[in-house]
Amino acid sequence: MKLNGLYIAWRNIGLKKLQTALSLVLLAFGVGLVSLLMLSEKQLSDTFDRNIEDIDLVLGAKGSPLQLILANVYHVDAPTGNIRLADAEKVIRHPYIAEGIPLAYGDNYRGYRIVGSTDAYTAHYGGTVAEGRAFEASFEVVVGAKVAEATGLKVGDEFFSAHGLQDETDVHTDKVFRVVGRLEPSGTVLDQLLLCTISTIWEVHEGHGETVAPEDREITAVLLKKRNPLAVLTIPNTIRETNMQVALPSIEINRLTQNFGIGMNTLRAIALLIMLISFASIFISVYDNLLARRYELALMRTMGGSRGDLFSLLLLEGGLLSTGGSLLGLVLSRFGLVALAQLVEDKFRYDWSNIGIMPEEFILVALAIFVGLIAAAIPGISAVRIDTSRTLSEAQ
Amino acid sequence: MIRTSNLAFQYQKNSPLLTFPDVECPAQGQLLLLGASGCGKTTLLHLLCGMLQPTQGTVQINGRALDRMGEAERDAFRGQNVGIVFQKSHFLQSLTVLENLAMPAFLHGGAFDKHEGLQLLEQLGIAHKANSRPRDLSVGEQQRAGIARALIHRPALVLADEPTSALDDRSTAAVMDLLETQAKAAKATLVIVTHDQRLKDRFDNRLDLTAQPQSA
Repeated sequence: MKLNGLYIAWRNIGLKKLQTALSLVLLAFGVGLVSLLMLSEKQLSDTFDRNIEDIDLVLGAKGSPLQLILANVYHVDAPTGNIRLADAEKVIRHPYIAEGIPLAYGDNYRGYRIVGSTDAYTAHYGGTVAEGRAFEASFEVVVGAKVAEATGLKVGDEFFSAHGLQDETDVHTDKVFRVVGRLEPSGTVLDQLLLCTISTIWEVHEGHGETVAPEDREITAVLLKKRNPLAVLTIPNTIRETNMQVALPSIEINRLTQNFGIGMNTLRAIALLIMLISFASIFISVYDNLLARRYELALMRTMGGSRGDLFSLLLLEGGLLSTGGSLLGLVLSRFGLVALAQLVEDKFRYDWSNIGIMPEEFILVALAIFVGLIAAAIPGISAVRIDTSRTLSEAQ
Repeated sequence: MIRTSNLAFQYQKNSPLLTFPDVECPAQGQLLLLGASGCGKTTLLHLLCGMLQPTQGTVQINGRALDRMGEAERDAFRGQNVGIVFQKSHFLQSLTVLENLAMPAFLHGGAFDKHEGLQLLEQLGIAHKANSRPRDLSVGEQQRAGIARALIHRPALVLADEPTSALDDRSTAAVMDLLETQAKAAKATLVIVTHDQRLKDRFDNRLDLTAQPQSA
């Protein structure tokens, strides 16, 4: 049997279970909250960045530009309305525009949006067909990976769509969609969509009894890639007289995250406060221990323990508390993220399942352990200064 | 084995100077230092093991002068060569009795043999308490455990500070028997500081501290 400092420190903090538990829980919550904030911010910006890639402008109906972006790039909000295909094509053909990907909506299948577009849309997000083939004719559908997983749709299946983008109350039982392909997971919005041709969307709605003349055909939005940077300045002028607007995804998302940022900063401040309290708790824990164990410490001096031995023992106690609390915090933040991801997936259909350790978290943990050691070092210094002889005499 | 000369100690600049008669005890000898309360017994004991530095005079253990050592060296020397039995035995409350016996070895870097520890507890009649917490022991048992801890690392010198003052007559006899026989078995020099008159007749070699002038 051989004792070591770590074991003794472990037993010492185990002697005061409530105090130890309080320190651990406080630090775990502080570290957990900070780490959860870092994780969710990263997931959020990753999600935004992946989907914003190479889209310079979004053309759509007038309304809130943020809503236009959210609806047509991220598919989380309702569209601002429809625009005339003929008007949109004029913009797409503008010399400053390199490419335009038209989008049309109107229906959903069990809450997943059916988007009418072209092959260019799938190609833009790097989507590849895992099974079956791409859509060609009307009412042929390619399903995103998440949609296939959630709804169980397989190649060859047939289904009816529901009018609108979310609810399933108004089902079009007269038009049958047929699944012809399934996409590989791409980590982009494609995962959450059912894709078909634009004419499919038109035909569904013509089925409502209205026959639409080709010149009156409408789409929802166009994702634009610019050829010339001046497009950002000139396009808004060319469409001033129409019901259309263009929005810049990067600017709108920036605005959005800045608005989020206020809430994030508040949460961050709260998390730091909790961490601060936990350090105070570690300080009190070690200090309190020190007062109660002054005699034990003096005793260790009589048995040959040096001042350094006592100091390192108390440091170890603080180190154990802060390491334990920090690691517990990381575990906690993973659970938090999984819960949050579930919420996000239910609500926005984004996959946030990547819960690996971020490099910033190593820094966070190292910092927490360091401050924990400092909190223990302060009472540690008074342990070093203990007058062995007097302490022993007083205890008699 | 242990020898002092002209030992005197002053706690603060204006407090009285405590002087002590010269103490000498041969290796494996046993010496009783007897004195009334307040005559500086504990101070003397702390001087003897180097926990206090004398204002005057020297303490030599095994031919080595404690005042010539640095503090860390003195701590290590004490850990290795001196075992101390206290009036009330205190322990590390978070550790078991057996783990407390391993503390001296841990602190001065020696090895602790678990069987040896158990054997010693057996001889002291508290082997069944080896895995108990110190606070779960009776006062008498704690004192025996304290003796075990003072002897476990085979020190050359065992100092006992009022080892029996908290004990009744029967326990006193038992604890003193154990202390004497264990010190002999370990070939350790035993120096006891006490005001307990019950111990007076047990030792041939004794020194009355009160007989000497205390302050100069």
